[in-house]
Amino acid sequence: MNIHEYQAKEMLESFGVKTLTGSVAETPEEAATVASEINASKFVVKAQIHAGGRGKGGGVKLANSISEVKQLAESMIGMQLVTPQTGSEGKLVRKVLIVEAADIQKEFYLAILLDRETSQLTLIGSEEGGMDIEEVAAKTPEKIIRTQIHPAFGLTEFQAREFAYELITDPSYRQLIPNGIALIMSLYNAFVECDCSLIEINPLTIVGEGENLDIVALDSKVNIDDNSIWRHSEIAEMRDPHEEDPSELEASESGLSYIRLDGNIGCMVNGAGLAMATMDIIKQKGGEPANFLDVGGGASVEAVAHAFRLILADENVKAVLVNIFGGIMKCDTIATGIVEAAKQVKLNVPLVVRLEGTNVELGKQIIAESDLNLQLAEGLSEAAELAVKAANIV
Amino acid sequence: MSILVNKDTKVIVQGITGRSGRFHTEQCVDYGTQVVAGAVPGKGGTDVNGIPVFDTVSEGVEETGADTSLIFVPARFNAADSIMEAADAGIELIICISEHIPVLDMVKAKAYVKEKQTRLIGPNCPGIITPSECKIGVMPAFAYSPGNVGIVSRSGTLTYEAAYQLKQLNIGQSTCVGIGGDPVIGTNFVDVLKLFEEDDDTHAVVLIGEIGGTAEETAAQFVKNEMMKPVVGFIAGQTAPPGKRMGHAGAIISGGKGTAADKIASLKDAGIAVADDLTTIGETVAEVLA
Repeated sequence: MNIHEYQAKEMLESFGVKTLTGSVAETPEEAATVASEINASKFVVKAQIHAGGRGKGGGVKLANSISEVKQLAESMIGMQLVTPQTGSEGKLVRKVLIVEAADIQKEFYLAILLDRETSQLTLIGSEEGGMDIEEVAAKTPEKIIRTQIHPAFGLTEFQAREFAYELITDPSYRQLIPNGIALIMSLYNAFVECDCSLIEINPLTIVGEGENLDIVALDSKVNIDDNSIWRHSEIAEMRDPHEEDPSELEASESGLSYIRLDGNIGCMVNGAGLAMATMDIIKQKGGEPANFLDVGGGASVEAVAHAFRLILADENVKAVLVNIFGGIMKCDTIATGIVEAAKQVKLNVPLVVRLEGTNVELGKQIIAESDLNLQLAEGLSEAAELAVKAANIV
Repeated sequence: MSILVNKDTKVIVQGITGRSGRFHTEQCVDYGTQVVAGAVPGKGGTDVNGIPVFDTVSEGVEETGADTSLIFVPARFNAADSIMEAADAGIELIICISEHIPVLDMVKAKAYVKEKQTRLIGPNCPGIITPSECKIGVMPAFAYSPGNVGIVSRSGTLTYEAAYQLKQLNIGQSTCVGIGGDPVIGTNFVDVLKLFEEDDDTHAVVLIGEIGGTAEETAAQFVKNEMMKPVVGFIAGQTAPPGKRMGHAGAIISGGKGTAADKIASLKDAGIAVADDLTTIGETVAEVLA
């Protein structure tokens, strides 16, 4: 689960991570009030959406006065913000974060995430802050610092210390090492306590001068492990339903796995891997899948009916392909379910069905004898061809 | 011969009294698997269809000599802890079917298992089958037939499809291993490929991968450098958009990594025969064996 930057900021602050002074606002007036409470002369107004690259789309702007904060908030709230990560339609901005404009001396990259190769958490840092870390890793791998975190002992203080010394090499910033260590430890604590799957601070910055010199998290991104949200009610409340596709949300609430795509052939498949492979074969036959949908191993009448409703709610769908490998659940049971469900939802587009598995002949017979607008396919290849053809005719 | 499990394997089922634990235990027993015990805290002294249930795995092992554990304990009942309990009880092979286990719990459980003489398969996997000898998992038995092709896969239903295609071409399987679709899993492709390479009865291997992570790339390196036996590959998710989790927690293209195109290129570079689409896995194996 993704959370907003302002939520990540609040979460990390509660673990002792230093951030810039500021707060979130939902109206231009609120934005002005927030700015007036910040002891600064310049501010940054940041659109709050679940996508990166906001600066490139005009979602991060500098204001030189409180009235300018209000103006910027007015123009941002309600806009469709398009960034390299949102797609061409962009995302509606509902909230803005207003923070003091910091006098930035230096930028770093800092993150904690799971290293799938070692099955351990990894602390990653770089002096090349603000940049795309993938690019840094590809072009100048020597500029990336990594520390593996032991699953049982956790991040130890000496590891954080060594990491801080390696990250902050400029002698004029040496006085900040203790703050750096504290920040790294706080990040790790937040990661573990909140069951995160990613914490990324980009950039982590050195701000101020002289006695006020400090190291603060300027922009933070936090993702939470979906499998652990049930044990964090306070984090579950951070979910912003506006940021999620309503049909994907509905699917997850009823135990189905659904992802909406741009094509016109709806797919219903049992099993995630088989669902992906079915989408692939549709594409190979010259069609475009409208969705990914894993209806689950059981493929019960309720689940199938629900899946049909989800697929048909997408008005781009011109044909539906059902691909079920009847395993423990026999094909005749599944076929009855499909026919029942198709009647329930008053299916109004061509339906192509491919069944395989135990009692497949009986299943096919049930499908063939139904008075539905459907085609029975021999094999997945033919099923994909039929679906592509049906979608193109309508 | 086969790898990991055979007709002598003695299984204890953790979570045997739950709905899926009970159902799949029955299916495994019907297939001929020796299920010797169940373990459910608070249910010790009872039985499920004549299989004795114990409060702890360690008691079950002591009383019945079980060497392999099959776990159905739901994630919210701390399935990761059940994995550690089995490892501590001296179980040699743990097969964890449970899905939705929090990643940080698995990071710990995997480290714990590593300290013991135990191998973990899964979690979030269909299990292992050695056709005509034993089935320890949730796969449909009819899809499989005994023979000399090994299958290792991150996906359940894709494995069934592949095995069934082979069966229809009269090509049987030595052992089929579902390693699971989570970001943290006990046994990876390379571990299983090593076992297949050493197994005299496995003549070729099918490797079924999907988007996300770099496990297929690592496996390709291993095949290129260490394997003599022919390998057929398939990767699902060529049309998957980046940033979207395709069902499995581990199946996500993030930061430009884990795309199907990259994986297919790595497999081909390692000399692996890659099936163009799902329907040609069987044919591709037949060509390789010919």
